[in-house]
Amino acid sequence: MKSRIPVVLLACGSFNPITNMHLRLFEVARDHLHQTGMYQVIAGIISPVNDKYGKKDLVAARHRVAMARLALQTSDWIRVDPWESEQVQWLETVKVLRRQGAVFLGRTGRTPTPLLSVLAPRPGPSTWHHHRELLRSLPQKEGLDRGKAHPAAPTAVPELKLLCGADVLKTFQTPNLWKDAHIQEIVEKFGLVCVGRAGHDAERYILGLPILQKYQHNIHLAREPVQNEISATYIRRALSQGQSVKYLLPDAVIAYIKDHNLYTKDSSWKDNNT
Amino acid sequence: MENSEKTELVLLACGSFNPITNMHLRLFELAKDYMNGTGKYKVIKGIISPVGDAYKKKGLISAHHRVFMAQLSTKNSEWVEVDTWESLQKEWVETAQVLRHHQEKLEASSCGNEQGSPVLERPGRKRKWAEQRQDFSQKKSLEPKTKGVPKVKLLCGADLLESFGVPNLWKSEDITQIVRDYGLICITRAGNDAQKFIYESDVLWKYQNNIHLVNEWITNDISSTKIRQALRRGQSIRYLVPDLVQEYIEKHDLYTSESEERNVGVILAPLQRNMAEANS
Repeated sequence: MKSRIPVVLLACGSFNPITNMHLRLFEVARDHLHQTGMYQVIAGIISPVNDKYGKKDLVAARHRVAMARLALQTSDWIRVDPWESEQVQWLETVKVLRRQGAVFLGRTGRTPTPLLSVLAPRPGPSTWHHHRELLRSLPQKEGLDRGKAHPAAPTAVPELKLLCGADVLKTFQTPNLWKDAHIQEIVEKFGLVCVGRAGHDAERYILGLPILQKYQHNIHLAREPVQNEISATYIRRALSQGQSVKYLLPDAVIAYIKDHNLYTKDSSWKDNNT
Repeated sequence: MENSEKTELVLLACGSFNPITNMHLRLFELAKDYMNGTGKYKVIKGIISPVGDAYKKKGLISAHHRVFMAQLSTKNSEWVEVDTWESLQKEWVETAQVLRHHQEKLEASSCGNEQGSPVLERPGRKRKWAEQRQDFSQKKSLEPKTKGVPKVKLLCGADLLESFGVPNLWKSEDITQIVRDYGLICITRAGNDAQKFIYESDVLWKYQNNIHLVNEWITNDISSTKIRQALRRGQSIRYLVPDLVQEYIEKHDLYTSESEERNVGVILAPLQRNMAEANS
């Protein structure tokens, strides 16, 4: 049997708060990559953006990380990585990819990570804890796919791919939002998995930008079969109006939002002033 | 009390629930927020009533599975519950009759007569819970300012409203009865033709005050048909249905190409009945 290339999916974003739609991106992307017959998705990582990103209404990263953790309690393959949110400043997405690539996959020589020293429990700075946490999932890779698991080549180096909604492809064309060199690095060294609706203009965005066109073999377009537009913006508005958001995000996240009084009218007022 | 002059409502959703999805559950949340927001109503309960097997719809799996999945998905709801009466009937029951059943049940229980209507439910956790709820509303009805027995209204998506136009699917007197005696709460997509549909129908137009159109601002296209299709293709349905429902479906391998063949070539019960009546 032909062995598959192991893949780790990384999603960057505000997750303010995490919704069922974010979680669907992972499910749809994994189904799509498995369908190709070439890949075996072994893990998914959610990396909430740093507070310094400065987006309006962005609640503190510790809350966004906690909510993502709660949402992923029942997932056996997706988890949260708070590293990006713990940095002193905002980081470009490509830097998060580099970091994950170095730490998790050992694909660059910049941060050599001797496997045994990482796996051995040791007290120390949070980066060590971080390494251990990331590696913890590796031995679990079999059986992740509810019995449908395909053997991944044991020696194969996993590929790290950026997971995003198809709308992100469009933002690549927004002037000054992305550095050209970063776009190139993302699609050349890592790869993109974009989840869009059927009939979405993803192909057009790729053809509209030479760099995306050049590396289109590294851009995977996954179709979400079910149209579902649960935006975090909608969730925040509904919450501030006291309306129900049940079944749009996991119950545990809703309970956390209530307990911590997030996304109320008062809290967004406070955030706007700071 | 602020609630004193409000009419208490029970929202009834009829359908196949084959399987129940997060979209069905959202209909209840949206309807409750909307009706409570009018200031005239207070939604006290939601009822999911899965259709019986005699409905004969293509791909319809056994009612006990559909009922159980609906029960699993309302486990964490404080106000929505599943009622098995419709699903336990031997023959297919018209929606107007299901509405009548539930209205009569409410009237009977508000008279303090719990045995007033034929309760076919198996005793269970939900049942006990419902009784506690009834005790609660009975206590409330002793307060001077309440507006009598709660009213049952039919909760639906725009597709049900538009199905009123399908020949022989509905008896016209049933449509009249539903919109005149009970009322509809219809969740529609922004820009949907529901309003036009009402305008073009004389009976819907006449009772339009009893039809509440609730806008859903985010597209939510989680149909049971698509869920079954994804399952047949081995695709994930996670986060589209409650986790417990997903686990139950997988454990029992409920939706396959074989299950989709159920009732193929069989005429839908309402069409059978209404065509026979039209010909007699």
